[in-house]
Amino acid sequence: MLSRLPFGTQKKIIIISFVALPLLLLLTFSYYPALELVRLSFTNWDGMSPDKDWVGFKNYHEVFSNSEIFGVFKHNVAYFVVGIVQNIAAIYFAVVLNGKLKGKYFFRLLLFLPYILNGVAVAYAFGYVFDTTNGSLNFVLGKAGLGSETSWLGTEKFVNYTLASIGFWRFMGFNMVIYLAALQSIPGDLYEAASIDGANKWQQFRFITLPNIYKIVELNLFLTVTGALEVFDLPFVLTNGGPAGASETFVMKILETAFQFNNYGLASAMSVVLLIGVVIVISIQRFFLSRKGD
Amino acid sequence: MTRENPIWTFIKYLSLLIAALGILFPPYVIVTNAFKTPEEFVNKSTMSLPDSFLNFSNFGDAFVEADMGRAFGNTLIILGVTLVLNVLLGSAFCYAVSRFKFKLQGPLVGLFLFATIIPQITTQVVNYKTIQGLGLTNHLMGPTLLYVGADILQIYIYLQFIRNIPYDLDEAAMMEGASLFKIFYSIILPLLGPATATIVILKTISIYNDMYTPFLYMSKPDKVVVSTALMRFFGVNSGDWQMVSSAILIIMIPTAIMYLILQKYIFAGVTSGAVK
Repeated sequence: MLSRLPFGTQKKIIIISFVALPLLLLLTFSYYPALELVRLSFTNWDGMSPDKDWVGFKNYHEVFSNSEIFGVFKHNVAYFVVGIVQNIAAIYFAVVLNGKLKGKYFFRLLLFLPYILNGVAVAYAFGYVFDTTNGSLNFVLGKAGLGSETSWLGTEKFVNYTLASIGFWRFMGFNMVIYLAALQSIPGDLYEAASIDGANKWQQFRFITLPNIYKIVELNLFLTVTGALEVFDLPFVLTNGGPAGASETFVMKILETAFQFNNYGLASAMSVVLLIGVVIVISIQRFFLSRKGD
Repeated sequence: MTRENPIWTFIKYLSLLIAALGILFPPYVIVTNAFKTPEEFVNKSTMSLPDSFLNFSNFGDAFVEADMGRAFGNTLIILGVTLVLNVLLGSAFCYAVSRFKFKLQGPLVGLFLFATIIPQITTQVVNYKTIQGLGLTNHLMGPTLLYVGADILQIYIYLQFIRNIPYDLDEAAMMEGASLFKIFYSIILPLLGPATATIVILKTISIYNDMYTPFLYMSKPDKVVVSTALMRFFGVNSGDWQMVSSAILIIMIPTAIMYLILQKYIFAGVTSGAVK
């Protein structure tokens, strides 16, 4: 039946019908909520009542002046610091696995494994590893004579680093695989030419490898920063923000504000602040990337 | 070729050994404890091997206690519906965008690319209200609706594949009198097989591992999925660890097996998304 229509008409039908649904989904669940967030952030909506009062910048003032809200970002710093170390480790292992090595496919398989495991299951597994009395980490440390009483998830000073180290375990292999793909796309004769010219391994890394994977480093760093800003599942599952709120993250705070305290206006303002933060990170990255490209 | 410096060789293998031990440490602890009886768990050290790797009683308990039957059932339903719709919508979209010339072609793909900078985690405050308005909170189709939309990675993978399918095939079929719909589903869609495999596998892993969405949108116990099944256990520092360990294993094993068998597609998908 359709085949009797001229191709021009068919083409129009196809374009409209094949594009409409994905576009509708995208607009409904990405663009509409982003705009709606901005609107709600200027109101005092409680999430239920039909009326929303316009309150101007009151919510934003609250976000920045209330140290209980904005101060939570301090906890995200740990994830950023560990994320940087994670990227350095990832580059190192990518370089190692890209060279001559026995069992390189096995090691790639193993290092990437944590990435595909269920995050909640991983979190609980680490909950056991880090447990103060029964935990296997304290057991091993005790055997090595390094003290076995550390409360890894219960000490305010380093609970965020403990949690971030789980992130390291999960995502280092992922970063590494991306770096590895970038390394493999560097033509081999560059290295040959360099070694004929007498460049040593470090010089080759510094002047050939690094410049060639520069874009990928930026991409991974960007993922690290946004990942650090958006941490949620690890502290939520393992510590629920404790002890005494020391491991609460900004996203946990948003959900709490919206769904427990029914303060949608404030929660929206917090979401907008986070969104703007991410956009700024991207813009800075784009800026440096385009300058580097010239 | 010059010979490698032996010190570098030593450092290389030593660091890999340390990394391997670090990766395997948590799974090792979970595996050994999942097979211990409560008495063994109390009397033996946490790192020791169980008396028998055939003691499956913890697994049975965990399966019942965490309502795993229902959790796997719900996850499978969400996965099934999402994957079928997502592949059909995504491939059709890319077919329309890459095979025909029309205004807005570029901006359309750009719209999907730009959407990636909006962190999904922040928009849930509004999306929750949308899903609630549709009556889909505490309904398996709620998360499904959120998962089903095409993402930029999928669009890149499909576009790249479709461009490599020669247009002569389409033209030949048109001469034979096939409609464009028929060309899509009997020529293009089957030829996209390997791309679809990669997308299906990546999507499966990300949905199976996602806790945030089901936790937020389906709080009723009968709507439990694999990711949220564990959370009903506790209070982290309480509970009996043998049973929890076996529950953790039950949840980790499906993706681990999938990974070992389908690693080729997984690595292809992960790198093709990033190196763009």
